[in-house]
This record gives sequence, structure tokens and C-alpha cells, in this order.
Amino acid sequence: MNKFSWYEATSKVEAQREANSTVSETIQPDADPEAAVFKASGIDLLDLMKEGLSKPAKLVSIRNIPGMDEVSYNKEKGLRLGANVTLAGITANPQIKKNYLALHQAASHAATPPIRNMATLAGNLVQRTHCWYFRSKELVCFRKGSSTCFAHVGENENHAIMSYGYCVSIHSSSLAIALTAFDAIVEITDKNGKIKLVPMKEFFVLPSVDRTRETILKPAELITAVILPEPKTHTVSYYIKMGSRRSQDWPMAEVAVVAGLSGEKCKTANVVLGAAAPVPFISKAAIDAITGKTINETTATAAGEAAMQIAVPLSKNGYKIPVFKTIIKRAILSLGKPPENVIDWALPDRIH
Amino acid sequence: MKKVKLPYGIPDYNLTEIVREIPNAEPPALPVNSKLKVIGKRVKRTDALAKVTGTAVFTADVYLPGMLYGKMFRADIPHARIKSIDVSAAKAHPGVFAIHIFKEMIEGANPKENNKKSGYPEVKYAGQPIVGVAAISMDIAEEAVNLIRVEYEPLEFVVDMDDARKPEAPLVYQTNVNQETSSGGEDIEEGLKSRGNVRGPATKSFYGGPRGNLKKGFAEADVIIERTYRTQVQTHCPLETHGVVVDYNRGNVTIYASTQSTKGTRNDFAKTFDLPKSKVRVISEFIGGGFGAKHTLGNFGVMAGHLSKQSGRPVKLMLDRKEEHVSAGNRPNSLQLMKVGAKKDGTLTALKLLSYGTAGVGLGSGVGNIAQAMYECPNFKMDQYDVFTNAGPGAAFRAPGNVQGAFALEQLIDELAERLDVDPLQLREKIDKSTIRKVQRERGTQLMNWKKPKKAGSDPGPVKKGIGVAQAHWPRFVNLDSTVEVRVMQDGAVEVRSAVQDIGTGTKTVLAQVVAEELGLKSADITVLIGDTLFPIGPPSGGSVVTGSITPPARNAAHKVKTKLIDLAAGELDTKAENIVVENSWFISKSDRSKKISFKNLAGKLRVEQITETASRSDDYGGFMIGTVGYEELGAVQFAEVSVDTETGFVKVDRIMAVHSCGRPINISQIESQINGGVIMGIAYALYEDRVMDKNTGHQMNPNLDQYKMPFSFEVPEIQIELIEEYGARSSTDATGIGEPANIATAAAVANAVYNAIGVRMTEIPITPARILAALGKI
Repeated sequence: MNKFSWYEATSKVEAQREANSTVSETIQPDADPEAAVFKASGIDLLDLMKEGLSKPAKLVSIRNIPGMDEVSYNKEKGLRLGANVTLAGITANPQIKKNYLALHQAASHAATPPIRNMATLAGNLVQRTHCWYFRSKELVCFRKGSSTCFAHVGENENHAIMSYGYCVSIHSSSLAIALTAFDAIVEITDKNGKIKLVPMKEFFVLPSVDRTRETILKPAELITAVILPEPKTHTVSYYIKMGSRRSQDWPMAEVAVVAGLSGEKCKTANVVLGAAAPVPFISKAAIDAITGKTINETTATAAGEAAMQIAVPLSKNGYKIPVFKTIIKRAILSLGKPPENVIDWALPDRIH
Repeated sequence: MKKVKLPYGIPDYNLTEIVREIPNAEPPALPVNSKLKVIGKRVKRTDALAKVTGTAVFTADVYLPGMLYGKMFRADIPHARIKSIDVSAAKAHPGVFAIHIFKEMIEGANPKENNKKSGYPEVKYAGQPIVGVAAISMDIAEEAVNLIRVEYEPLEFVVDMDDARKPEAPLVYQTNVNQETSSGGEDIEEGLKSRGNVRGPATKSFYGGPRGNLKKGFAEADVIIERTYRTQVQTHCPLETHGVVVDYNRGNVTIYASTQSTKGTRNDFAKTFDLPKSKVRVISEFIGGGFGAKHTLGNFGVMAGHLSKQSGRPVKLMLDRKEEHVSAGNRPNSLQLMKVGAKKDGTLTALKLLSYGTAGVGLGSGVGNIAQAMYECPNFKMDQYDVFTNAGPGAAFRAPGNVQGAFALEQLIDELAERLDVDPLQLREKIDKSTIRKVQRERGTQLMNWKKPKKAGSDPGPVKKGIGVAQAHWPRFVNLDSTVEVRVMQDGAVEVRSAVQDIGTGTKTVLAQVVAEELGLKSADITVLIGDTLFPIGPPSGGSVVTGSITPPARNAAHKVKTKLIDLAAGELDTKAENIVVENSWFISKSDRSKKISFKNLAGKLRVEQITETASRSDDYGGFMIGTVGYEELGAVQFAEVSVDTETGFVKVDRIMAVHSCGRPINISQIESQINGGVIMGIAYALYEDRVMDKNTGHQMNPNLDQYKMPFSFEVPEIQIELIEEYGARSSTDATGIGEPANIATAAAVANAVYNAIGVRMTEIPITPARILAALGKI
């Protein structure tokens, strides 16, 4: 890891004054040797630095800025989660578990208890892709400035099945999947202290738009909160992650479903897929398949089938299609009563 | 020589006594465990507290005054000739004390051709070390490594075994190569020729070569099954990576090493640096796992030696996790083509095995002797080929070969049972001559409430449950170069010394137990000092030899000490030595039990400060077993219960029942720990672990513990262990090891259970959701 200086920020203004770059910029060939970047828990940043991908000259710690880990609730504005709220904090919050179950589930299945204790909400959103070509120091991939996407013709079992351009990486944030499904809003404070409210679905950037980054964040722009709108009556949600292991693993496929029900009828729906595309993927086909319909085995199955119509798997990730079909179906059915006779993915409460 | 009666057989089954003729110096027969006080009990590890409180010093924890940090520059392409190496900037970097460029590699199969062109070894895999740097801090060493410039002439490369077998494949080696077998015991047949990248076939093991006539055997068969199986490359992933601290000290060398063989590390170093063995001391008190990959000094150890010699300072060189994955050993993969012929009644008539495996740039990718040795079959032939690829060298890995071999053989036998419409345990009853496994099957049948498995794939619903069973075979190896010294001091302190290292399984504790039992003491009374070549040389921790090799000389040395103390006690108590009995730390006159003296008081009467006795491992009583197929080796039977979600392909192991034996058990808790570890490693091999190499770039894509998937607590099922005491009357303790047998059968048992669940054979591991879904026709 390179040597770096450390700035312990005590306010947002101070932090923004010190930072001049983004972590994504430091990974590019033309990275500023004097780059100063934000560090919250540093879970992903330190990985990138240890792997020799990012070499910032200065880390600006925003971890201890007062108020950035606050959770507040307002009947009109909804639930406001400070950027530094930890994944463990999300998991332990009873209000989230009650009103935003899919978010609770996404947070509680991410990584490991020690990481969840450290990792922050905003850090989770801005982490870089775990594409193993991108993460390999020896290989300069398309996202790092070359003309080659190694995964296209290589080991692509973990990669995208839809919505990719040339780069087939997948976005790594599970929280983003659930937050997109809830139509959450990212509160960004720009360099001048001005607050921008950006819908989650506009926060991420496809590599076909800009391959050097995964979010719209510019240098010194700080995520200060994520706002979940007040849930409407009869809104229910569910999240399912499938990994090769039941804990401490990245998803092979994940889905968050949020629906407004009237009796057994689905009036509004949102279905968002993770580990499917370079950004959280909103499946319009799945949404259409259940909106206005009664939720049952037939409609849930149809939603899974519809969602996968547009999938174009790579050489080694065709398995994701049946997995997605299954978890979409099961997540939708779980909006009512969870299906029986499936392998229980729920983790015991004690390790939350 | 004298004749003694020793316990023989299995308690509650066929326990009897056997008369063996043994040397006069051997101690009297040890009765069965139920009659002993310390051996065979759940004794707490002597170092448990040190380990859980973090005071145990592993190699990674060693810091010496003036110590430098070593780091190696490694090739970032898989195959190349080195045109030039520029270390000038690194040398000029402040804080750098030494730089060494490798003249030759010592790992893998290394023909001299390497050195012909530029004087530098040819780069044969991505991650091969080229230059080493020693600096005052790790940061500076890394910075210096980043300043090194190497100019390559890139060569064509191949990392995929199937591609490497093709005639047009780029050659990893231009000539025939050989490689010494490490003390980890991977099979390497000397002098075999290569065609392209394919070397072999190896046709024999220490059990001999082919038997009978295959053609005749298959002609006699009523049923013939032919199948192909594949297993993946698995890396060792010890929590403590490979590493050393070398203090060259002008030729009076001290090496702290995370090694499975203090002796091997010392000898490798003495040879490489042309020093007498007496000038090289290796210390390895605690080892954070090895699993077979830590038997030799390694390139890193040689490098640390050069850097320390050059700088005149101690140098620490520990590999990081990525270096560990790409360069520090692995279990080679395998492609196994098996063909079995059987009569309707199950009798095997012929068994044929053809295998290919790649240990990267190394040798030793055979699939072991399990097909040759587990079942009675008059006609047998095996052809095992090594395939070279541009990947890091393989190394011995917990039951080298036999883990791969068992995965294939035990599925084939399972399939044969189904074809013959018999219970798979019934078929084994017919073809397996091992008494130990017979008893293990019986116990397992009761404990599992085992019935003939239901029709494969017959469960309704998306999640299907299945059961499976598989067996293990491992030879009873002994290492005769195993010596122990026992000392008693005037204050009554007892010390055991041996250079044997404790790989983590509890060697210190078993030594304490055996000596305590012999001297009538408690194991906590014994101080065990091991892992230092200043002490008498001990065996390497490989081949599951340690307990079977080191406990007999420990007991024998303790017995010699006891004999001296009894003589002393006889004088003190005014009686004859034959009249003295030792009980609970008292020396007592049998004829007048009021006459007695405590161990401590007796020791105080010693004429000298301490008495010392040494013993080496003697030959096995009744002759060695190795060399012929005996069917009475280290068997095991494991049962698995699994659930398979046929809609997602997810496999969950619900339960493992592991029925094992290892001769006379010395410490039940430690044996169970090893079996737990073996089973978990077997589950990982069956379902998760896989070294992913990118064909196009020659790099490993998952050289970390994030994307290289080890099992975590949620992946560990209920593991039940049934341990069978078994006496073979082979040594003064009659103990054997358990490390390797514990790891052999699990993957096959899981695979058989998955078949029973879904009705489709998974002939390739790891059994991932992708493979399950493909097998079910869902992709």
C-alpha cells in the first residue's frame, strides 16, 4: 500500500475543502498524484489500496463528522438515513425492519458481522465493482483505461447478463438494489454546500455512458443521506440473495420487490435485480407482469420469466437465468406467505 | 528379543491378544485405553491458553533486533525469457539493505534448460519470484520492489490442462524433467518421459504395478461401467502463510520457519548455502497450518537466506495471501477415466484407471493408490499422467492423490451398486476385505439408521434430500527418523524434547500424555519442548505419520528414565527393582505398600542435576505393513445427508457422520478436531473451492479469500464422529495418525448424496449451482 497523509474532518465543509478527487479517478491512468479522497469506514477503499489499484496521497476521514450517522423520521419526508449509518445499524433498526423489510434483509445478508459493524451506507453505494479483472493489479481492463474487457471472453461466471455494453461488470452494492426498489433518494451535498436530491435510479452510471466511474458523484461531492419515502399503506417488500455460500459472500443473483397490495391484488410494484447488470436493474417486464394482477404462483412465475426475456448471458453465466427466475418468483410470493420447502436463507437474529 | 502379549483387534468386536517378538529394550505391552489414566482421554491442549490469548509466537510474530523485511518481485506474465533486470533504482532507494536475483528456482520440476539463454531462470508462471529486496520496513521493501524493471521476451503459454495436452500446445518444458518427492508424500515416479506437456504414464505405486489381465477381467464381467470424473485445483490456504525469519549471522544460522519439517528446512538450507547441518538451527514452535505445502525451504526461504547473508541482518520474509495462492502449492486437478467390471453378485473382475492432472510447473498430480488398494479386484491397471501448465507448482495436500482418487472411485462403486440393485454398503461388504471398514460400516449403519437409499431424485417438490456414503483408505506410514529425549531433573521436573514440529493438531499434548502415562504422572506435569533442531530430530508432519512415529520413542525414552528411577527407588526403599510399582506419582514397594517415595522426592535423590534418556522409533512390531496391499490400513467410512434446491442449484450439506479409526487413540478431543477439519475441508472441496485461472492472460483470478471460496460457519453442517479403537500391536503405543484419512471420503460422500437427491451424477467438482442447474437441463 502507498503512503498517504490523513485528514480527520470534523465538519462536511472541512472535508469538502480537503478532498479534490474521487476514488474512481485515482484508479485511472491519469490519476492525480496529489489526489485527496473521502474515506468513511474504508472497507472498499483500503482493499483497492492494498491491491495497488488506488494510490491517493491523502485520505480525508469523514467517519467522525458529527451527525452523519443520524437516523430521523418525518411523516412527510420519510426516513432519512445519514450517510455514515452502518449496515449493522440498518439491520438493527426496528423501523426499517417493519416498514422497509427488503432493505433490512439486504443489509443483514451483506458481507460479515465485523464488516457490517464498520461499513457505511454511503460507502456501500460507492464501492467499486468486484469484477476480478478490474480488481487485478496486473490487468488493465476497459474500465481502467484499456480497450480490453477480459471478462467478455474469459472467466465471466460472476458477470452481467443484461444491460451491459462492452464492460460486463456488475455493480456490487446490495443496499442499492433494495433502495432502488423503494424509490429512495440520495442526498448529495455539492462543493458549495448546495443539496441535490437524486433518485437512486439516476445515481448509478452505466459503463457505456462513462466507463471510468459507477456513480454520478464528482470530486468533493459528498453523500450526506439517503431518504426513503414514507411507505404507503399496504406496501410490502421482500429481498432474496443467492450466493454460493450462505454468509460472507457476494450475490450470484439478488432481487428486491416492493409492492402496494390491495387484498391479494398488486396495485403498484417495483422489481429490482442485482448482480445482473452494471447498475441496479429495474425490471419493467417483471413489474408489468404483476401490476394489476393477483399474486400467485402463476403470476410470480410469469414475472420471473418476463424479467429474463431480455437476458443475454455470457459464456459461463447462463445459470443466472434459472436462478433469477426462481428468486424473483419466490420474492414475489413471499410478499404474502413465504413459500415452504425451500432452503432457508434467513440468518439467525443473534448474528445481526 | 523377547516375547510379549499385546492387545489386538477392536474392543466390543474382536479384541484379543497377540504374541509378538520384540527387542528387549522395548517397554512392556500397554493395555487397552480403558485401563489407562492419561492416554485415550480428552486431555486439554497444553498450548490452548497460549493460542487463545495470543501469546503463542508464530513465525509471523517473530521480531529480531535489527530485522529487515523481505519482499519479492514476481513475474506478471506467465511465460517469458528474461532479457534484462534493472535493480539500480531499488538499490538506491533509502532503507534498502540487500537485493538478490535468483539464479535458479528450487520449486517445481526444474531442468537446467532454464538457465541457458540469459543466465536468469525462465519465467514459467505468473507470480514466479525473480528478485528479492530486504529493507528496514515492509513499506520500503514494497516501494523498492515497485522500482525494479524487468524486460521480458514473452513466450506463448498455456494454463488449461486440456489445452496443454494438445499436440500444438506451447511447451512448458523442452526436455524430460524429474522432481524429488517432498516429505509430504506426493507420488512422483522417476525417469518418466514427456510427450509435449504430458509426462508418464506412472503405472505403479509402493503397492506395486498392474495386476492380472484387464482384458480377461472385463470379459468375465456381467456389468461394465465406464465414467469420466473431474476435480479442480485446490489451494492450501493456511491461515499463516509460508514464511521464515532467517538470521544468517556469518554462517551460524538461525531460521524461524512456519514449516512442517524442521529437519527438511534445516537440510535444504545447509545444502543450498553449503553449510554443515550443525551450523543451521531451525525453530518452529507454532505453525498456522500447512496441509502439506510447507515441507521444504522454498524459494522464499532461499531468498531470505541470501538477503540475510548479504545484509548481515535477520530478514523476515512472509508471503502475502496472493503469493500464497499463486506460488506456494496446490492440490493438482484431475481428469479420471475409470472403467469397472463386476459379476452380478458384485465381485469385481476388472478395474482400469487412466488419469491426467496438472501440478502446474511441478510434478505429483497423480490420483493416488486408492483405486489400487481399497477393494479386492484381481485385474487392475492404472496409467497416471502429469500435464505441465504455466501455473504455480503443486504440493502435497492432505492425502495427496487419494482425495481426487476417492471422489472418482467411490462414485463409481455407488453407481455399480445401483446398477446391481444392491445397497451400496452391501456391495462394499462383498468387495472390501478391510475388517476396520467392516466395523465402521456396521457402526455407521446403526448410527445413521441407514436403509437402502430411496430411488434417486424421487423426492417431490423443488428441494430434494439425499443420502450418500463413501470410504477412505490411507496407508499406515511410519517415519523411523523420529527421536525423543526425556529428562528428569532433581526438582522432579520432566521435560520432553524433540525437533518434531506441531502442525497445529496437538503433537505437544500427545507427547505429554504418553510420557505422563509411562511415568505415572499427569500430562500437565510434563514440559514439552519441540520444533527446534537443537533437539533430537523428529519426523515431518506429513503422511499422517507424526503420532505413530513420535509417540513410541517418547514412551520408550520415558520407560528408560523410569527404569533408572525404579533402580534408585529400590535402593531408597531397600527392596528389589522388580518389587517396585509406579502409581499416581508414587514409587511403591509391592510387598509392603507402606514403603513408598514420591516422584518428586525420588528425583531429589538423583546424583546429578538431571538424567536424560533418548529413544528412536524402532521397527514396527510384527514387520512393516507398507509395500503390499494389506486391507488393514487406515480406513474410514463417511455418510452425508444433503438438501438440493433444484430451482437454484444450491446444495446444502445437512449432516456428516464420520466413522474413523487411528489405531490406539491418544487424545480423543484432538482426534475429533482433526476429523472436523478434514470433513469441513472435504465439503469445501466438494462444493466451493476452485482456483480460477484465466486462459487468456495466465493469471489466477481469485488469489484471495474473498473470491476463492472457503467454507464459513454457515456452511458447516452437523458433524458426528464415531471413533473406533483398534489395536494392531505394531509399536509401544500402537497409535497412528488421522489427519489425512479424515479428508478423503467427504467429497465422494457428498457427491453420492447429491446424486441420491437429484438423480443425476455430478462427476465434476466443485458442485456449484451452475453445475447442478446444467446437470438438470435448466440452462
